[in-house]
Amino acid sequence: MEKIYTRPNALNKSVSGYCPGCMHSTITKITAQVIDELGIGERTVCVLPVGCGTLGALYWNLDMVISAHGRAPAVATGVKRVSPDSVVFTYQGDGDLASIGLSEIMHAANRGENYTVLFINNSIYGMTGGQMAPTTLVGQKTTTTPGGRNPDTDGFPMKMAELIAQLTSPVYVARFAVNTPAYINKAKEGIRKAFQNQLDGKGFSLVEILSNCPTTWGMSPIDTLSYINDNTLAEFPLGVFKDREEEQS
Amino acid sequence: MVNLEFNVEACKSCGFCVKVCPKQVLSIGEHINKKGYRYAQSDNPEECIGCKMCAAMCPDAVIEIWK
Repeated sequence: MEKIYTRPNALNKSVSGYCPGCMHSTITKITAQVIDELGIGERTVCVLPVGCGTLGALYWNLDMVISAHGRAPAVATGVKRVSPDSVVFTYQGDGDLASIGLSEIMHAANRGENYTVLFINNSIYGMTGGQMAPTTLVGQKTTTTPGGRNPDTDGFPMKMAELIAQLTSPVYVARFAVNTPAYINKAKEGIRKAFQNQLDGKGFSLVEILSNCPTTWGMSPIDTLSYINDNTLAEFPLGVFKDREEEQS
Repeated sequence: MVNLEFNVEACKSCGFCVKVCPKQVLSIGEHINKKGYRYAQSDNPEECIGCKMCAAMCPDAVIEIWK
């Protein structure tokens, strides 16, 4: 018999600290598979954010740096510049990347730093207990918008992939989801491409992945799958927003 | 013949694998693991076609598949 699905080596043997059904685990798993398949585990450095993503510190089997809140792109810039042979990626949530770290990510993207950014967008602050994030959907209830997000006072969800795709330097900007096996396969290919761009020295790649938060959304893990399909995907369309390779060919 | 291997201590009972299985092979069982979750199990392994959808969907990499 042949083993056709294996737990990746870029994860350690422990049980992840994420809640049941949390797609952080799914995204961590498929990223670990990509790292295994590219054979770069020994020289990969993961720059972790502040937030639920920091729980990855106990889960990744990689070299890691935990940065100050939102500053992962700045730390990754330093790591990549002093150690250009390392494969560097940041793993950031939406509160980290789109709110407090907005300046860092925009300038890192604008400089075209040669690393990979994984942006996990679950449209809420998970770790701190479910407050509104810049990416919260219109009408979505959070602890700071108990009546649902009202665009008159709270604005509209920020679409980071589209924003960053406007810049000249980034080479690959795309958005994926992981709420069905087919979407998971596509997301994995997107992550692979983002890492391959870095290995080829092409420059900055950002992959946004739509995620869930069963705990703070207040629903069962199974219900979050259809919620993403019906609501999140309507606000955040999937697709490749920028691909330098295709522009040149 | 397909063999599903469950790392039951990592299972958190989210039920994603049960939902995506096209052959209704899996279920959440009655037994409880060390963390207190009822873990996923294979009810009728002979029906499994080895499509890997359960393993792909499983957040916690519980399922490994042999074919």
